[in-house]
Amino acid sequence: MTAFTNHFAFEFKTGLRSATSMLMNYLFPLGYYAMMGLVMTQVNPSFKETMIPGIILVSIMAAALLGMPGPLVEAREAGIYRSYKINGVPAAAILLIPMLTTVFHALIASGVIALTANPLFDGLNPENWLALALVTGLAALNFGCLGALIGVVSNGSRSVVLWSQLIFLPSMLLGGLMMPLSVLPESVLNVSFLLPTTYAMQAFSGLAYNQATLIDPWLAAGILVVGAVLAIALALYLFKWDNQHSSGRKLIALALLAWLPYLAGVVLR
Amino acid sequence: MQAAVEVTNFTKRYGDFTAVSGISFQVQPGEIFGLLGPNGAGKTSTLECLEGLRSADQGSLSILGVDPGRETRKLRNLIGVQLQASGLPAAMTVDEAMRFFCAYHQVAPRYDLLERMGLGEKRQAQFGQLSTGQQRRLALALAIAHQPPVIFLDEPTAGLDVASRVELHSLIQDLKSTGATIILATHDMAEAEKMTDRVAILLRGKIVADGTPRELTATGSGYTKVSVRTENALLQTNGHSFAGVSQRQVLDDYVVYYSTETGKTVSELMDYINQQGDKLVDLRVERPSLEERFLEITHTGDVK
Repeated sequence: MTAFTNHFAFEFKTGLRSATSMLMNYLFPLGYYAMMGLVMTQVNPSFKETMIPGIILVSIMAAALLGMPGPLVEAREAGIYRSYKINGVPAAAILLIPMLTTVFHALIASGVIALTANPLFDGLNPENWLALALVTGLAALNFGCLGALIGVVSNGSRSVVLWSQLIFLPSMLLGGLMMPLSVLPESVLNVSFLLPTTYAMQAFSGLAYNQATLIDPWLAAGILVVGAVLAIALALYLFKWDNQHSSGRKLIALALLAWLPYLAGVVLR
Repeated sequence: MQAAVEVTNFTKRYGDFTAVSGISFQVQPGEIFGLLGPNGAGKTSTLECLEGLRSADQGSLSILGVDPGRETRKLRNLIGVQLQASGLPAAMTVDEAMRFFCAYHQVAPRYDLLERMGLGEKRQAQFGQLSTGQQRRLALALAIAHQPPVIFLDEPTAGLDVASRVELHSLIQDLKSTGATIILATHDMAEAEKMTDRVAILLRGKIVADGTPRELTATGSGYTKVSVRTENALLQTNGHSFAGVSQRQVLDDYVVYYSTETGKTVSELMDYINQQGDKLVDLRVERPSLEERFLEITHTGDVK
């Protein structure tokens, strides 16, 4: 337990000490929140209805997809995992603890957004705060696990950016954060349902706001959970202590299995 | 008595490339064992397999009876490893590093070792802010904090200043006096000659020589260097040769004779200087150093 506590405390502090982590955990999400709150609510008043869940998801994605995988790859390249292995740090701790601390940071930023959006920008509060907290937690866990998987399969900083942006940008555009899914054509909607963000937004809408959804919100929440479990299981299975003698293509092919729950979602909706 | 480290017919391959080919050696408890060899000789592969970082393709490895490829949990508390590239997160402070690794080894943090390594005033400094020497000293402190019976040191003094090297050598001797077995991989032949009880020289994945440094330097070409300086520099000009001398060289004020019969050479040399009315200023008789023997072996590929 002492080892876990020490490790967790160190990783949590790193999330504040490191300029990049601080940027992705807090500065970028809260800056984006302030900007959207000031500008978007004036330009498009209907944005207030999805402001809290939308910006919470941006905040989670910034921390988990843009912030976390890079340091995982850098640590592997710098031989830090070798030092860890030699000193008995298990592979599970190397992946799970940074993932959990990232989730923790994302939850703090999400809490700030959820509690201040209404008084500051007239954002619509949820009808069910507990459901909001639950879906926020599930989404943070889902993206945390995906971030860990990206960190494991990326061979360098370039591929980290590639994989992270491959999820982040479509999620921003097609995940229901900027515009309601109902306005999207059917073909694009199928692409939307390949993104975890879509399931998170559907779960937020159905469970926290009691709004109509395109998919059963509990099914959406379930897909987030299965996606998280599959992603972290694959990350642990594919984890490498160093960059030597690894086969990148094989890793990526196996990592794509993490998308099975979302493919199932496309079929089931 | 059970060997601390036992390597039997060990082979390591990477694809088609054989990095280590069927080597065997033993290290007894309390020994300092040097693993020497040029880059690419197979030292790192051997060490990494012994440390449990990679698995052997053939043969068997044992650390105090534990198979490093299979019993990694048991292995962690038996070995301490100072890696050549000491990787720690740049934002981790010296104190945090000590707490972090000691917690995983389930021992109390050894802050006394930080003082001993000259890191007492750097305890709150982050790893990325330390000099190379300080990083290496921290890596060593972390490697021995849980008092492992077998310690692997990979180029421990690389990047250290003279005072730090002396301190580190003294620490290694202290560790030996507590009964620890030390495997030292180094390019520094003077260090290996001074610190180790036995060495093995690896070349192209095979052990080409092993024994005590004294045994290794005694074999090979068998030449002893006899360097002489006289008042009138008589030997420098007349080119006279002596019994057992196969090569003569003038270096600054000295004439150097490479002899296979040191006693006869020195005796004839003294007689000759006296006969010629010159006066001896300095006479040095030097066995070949481990470095010279190492170069001889690695250049000729001389297999034992």
